[in-house]
Amino acid sequence: MSKDNQILEELTSKEYEHGWSVNYEADEAPIGLNEEIINWISAKKEEPQWLLEWRLKAFKTWQNMTEPEWANVTYPKIDLQSLRYYSAPKQDKKPKSLDEVDPELLQIYERLGINLNEQKKLQGIAVDAVLDSVSVGTTFKATLSKLGIIFCSFSEAVKEHPELVKKYLGSVVPMTDNYYAALNSAVFSDGSFCYIPKGVRCPMELSTYFRINAANTGQFERTLIVAEDEAYVSYLEGCTAPQRDENQLHAAVVEIYAAKNAEVKYSTVQNWFPGDKNGKGGIYNFVTKRGICAGDHSKISWTQVETGSAVTWKYPSCILKGDHSIGEFYSVAVTNNYQQADTGTKMIHIGKNTKSRIVSKGISAGKSQNSYRGQVQVMKRADNARNFSQCDSLLMGDRCGAHTFPYIDINNSSAKVEHEATTSKIGEDQLFYCNQRGISTEDAVALIVNGYAKEVLNQLPMEFAVEAQKLLALTLEGSVG
Amino acid sequence: MSTLTKQNLFEGFLETSFAGFERAREEGKASFLKQGLPTLKSEEYKFTAITKKLEQSITSFQSAQPFAVSQEEVKAGIPTGFEGTVLVFANGHFIPELAIDAAELTFSELSEKPETAVGSIARADKDPFAALNQSSFYGGIFIQIPKKAVVVKPILLLSFNKANEGQLIQPRVWIEAGDFSEVTFITHTINKSETPYFVNKVVEIKGGVNSQIRYYRVQNEGKNAIEASTLETNLLQDSRFTSVNISLSGEMVRNNLNLNLLGSNSEGNMYGIYLLNGKTHVDNHTNVDHTIPHAESNELYKGILADQSRGVFNGKIFVRQDAQKTNAFQQNNNILLSEDAIVNTKPQLEIWADDVKCSHGCTTGQLDEEALFYLQARGIDKTQAKGLLLFAFAGEVLEHIHDESFKNYCTDLVQERLGSKF
Repeated sequence: MSKDNQILEELTSKEYEHGWSVNYEADEAPIGLNEEIINWISAKKEEPQWLLEWRLKAFKTWQNMTEPEWANVTYPKIDLQSLRYYSAPKQDKKPKSLDEVDPELLQIYERLGINLNEQKKLQGIAVDAVLDSVSVGTTFKATLSKLGIIFCSFSEAVKEHPELVKKYLGSVVPMTDNYYAALNSAVFSDGSFCYIPKGVRCPMELSTYFRINAANTGQFERTLIVAEDEAYVSYLEGCTAPQRDENQLHAAVVEIYAAKNAEVKYSTVQNWFPGDKNGKGGIYNFVTKRGICAGDHSKISWTQVETGSAVTWKYPSCILKGDHSIGEFYSVAVTNNYQQADTGTKMIHIGKNTKSRIVSKGISAGKSQNSYRGQVQVMKRADNARNFSQCDSLLMGDRCGAHTFPYIDINNSSAKVEHEATTSKIGEDQLFYCNQRGISTEDAVALIVNGYAKEVLNQLPMEFAVEAQKLLALTLEGSVG
Repeated sequence: MSTLTKQNLFEGFLETSFAGFERAREEGKASFLKQGLPTLKSEEYKFTAITKKLEQSITSFQSAQPFAVSQEEVKAGIPTGFEGTVLVFANGHFIPELAIDAAELTFSELSEKPETAVGSIARADKDPFAALNQSSFYGGIFIQIPKKAVVVKPILLLSFNKANEGQLIQPRVWIEAGDFSEVTFITHTINKSETPYFVNKVVEIKGGVNSQIRYYRVQNEGKNAIEASTLETNLLQDSRFTSVNISLSGEMVRNNLNLNLLGSNSEGNMYGIYLLNGKTHVDNHTNVDHTIPHAESNELYKGILADQSRGVFNGKIFVRQDAQKTNAFQQNNNILLSEDAIVNTKPQLEIWADDVKCSHGCTTGQLDEEALFYLQARGIDKTQAKGLLLFAFAGEVLEHIHDESFKNYCTDLVQERLGSKF
């Protein structure tokens, strides 16, 4: 308790702690978006012809698409032509191992609290660190490769395992899926690739850390996770960005493929710069995340703690194709000041005896808007599908909004689907109880919110859970009184 | 683009001039042309392909003419056990001569009250069909309940529909309930033909301070009929409105039920059951708009779907920033009886105030096997046991019907449909 208090105190005195940026010489693409730029990116990354063609096809598709308007968010549109689609720290030669990576870059990560030095690492987490458009380095590669696990940056995977990339790229999120997924398919720069072979249980947590550093740059990373039969992996994703006045775009795609009996757990703590108190600046986080439980008895579990970004538009989904497959979605979304979040999930039941569970906790404070938008779809042949959804909203302050848009579409009579939602505010009696026992109102709110979100936070791996708790308290700082 | 041609046809229909309410009609027409017919891409009509149905069924873009209804037919059409005022409509045209027991009621044809603010409650810009009705309604009725009047016996709005193939029936009802008044309405439809036709009905209710209004509907349109109906109510301080809607048949039915809570301590209740079979498609869209503090709304919709039927439910609770201390509850439960039945439900909350209690729940499933077994073990055969359980499920909604004889009538209807009448 005392340690918690200390953490809270420490953090509530700060604002966005990752708001700094570093100046380094960068290798950048010219501003603008056209076929030439895509050729440029592809050439820069020395990609094979098929991938370039794939990108160009996606670009053509994207050109015929229009920006979606349905989400419950309003924001000034981004001029996609004024963005830079590639920015990478300049390196004389390709580093062969982490030891050769520019220490200045490693320092950036150290400052973020992520140590890329394997020897110094105590926790068993392998990290792929992505800075703007490229992967800086990946830790524990050797240890993992002994088990046959491939964990590397996306560009490396394209070079070294083209057959795997070719097979799975776009298989879960096709390039035609939506506006931002198509854009990402055309211009994605880097990301992580992870392959767990048959029967292997990944001994450590795999993690990607995304950092936007450059100004006027969009980050478009692509993550692909493939778990073969009986494989297991737990994957973490973290992200931060410098504090800038203009809005920056982050449009990522994450694809997960789970074969028979495989299990993938994907956890995110999203802490992009949310904009300042007056709603100036911040990241637009337009992300497509989807997993497919392709094999029988497979399981995909999404856990997300959303505290950052000016505008969030994100629906991690599960396609439950294999019989007896399971999809889970646990989410805590916190919005403060002028943040807007439209987030939720899609559970698509195709196989027989499939199960899904949705627990979504929204917390809105300040002048923010927080929406849950989800879909549970039971297809005609999905006998005995089972779903339970719970989405609760907590309101703090009378200028914020909490909205729920659940779509429940049932085409099979043996389905059992339940959905419940509540909206309320922190009870005055609860606050009074805490105050009476000498806990200040702000601490009491942090306490109550953590209790409210506990069901989701419990799903996070240990290290993340601590960070998430801190973030929750920090995001809500100053929202009371 | 077949939709476009159909719209052109509607345009042709709109060219014909209708008497009275020129300004409102102009506004409705402009609004309809602006909105266009809904497509599956329209969020509000995502699951209800009503435009396509209209394209297939509506062949003659004309208003259906009134036809002769005999007094015997009226008597035969009144629900058993009903006692009260009866107002009769033929193809949506109000027929004053056929009214029964109506001496004490203030009513007239809508055209005789040109000052009525048609479209001020059910606004045309909210829904294309409400706009279409506003542009071209006919033979509407104006009903007024005076201040402090307590109308003990219910008022039955009895409609006879016998449109020629593919015609439009577009009634409009305006109800004003004075301060401290109390009234119950029941609507019932008798079909005289099996041909496809389109009923596009709009009911506007203006509730006074501390008024109590109940509105019960049985929807049993012909099996080829398409219906789009809008019921919108404004509730002032301390007033209470209760709607019970029982949908039983029709080819495709779309109900818009909108409650605007405009005065504190007002209460809006919406209850409904949809018992569907064949290829019937029923879409219930409800919207409660909490604009002021201290108001309450309750909603319970239950559906039992058999054969290839489809049930759509979209309940929206909208709590505005000033509407603190709001209590809003919403529930939707569905039972699917066949492999081919479909349910699409979307219980939606949009909340802009913080000191509120709002909840919604929704379930879709099938009959409890254990309960079924329990009854069978006690000697009740399977069909009967099933009927019993289904009635127990749906019956909860019927409890909200205040008028005893009408409640019995509806209970009979529901039991008959569910096979739980022994």
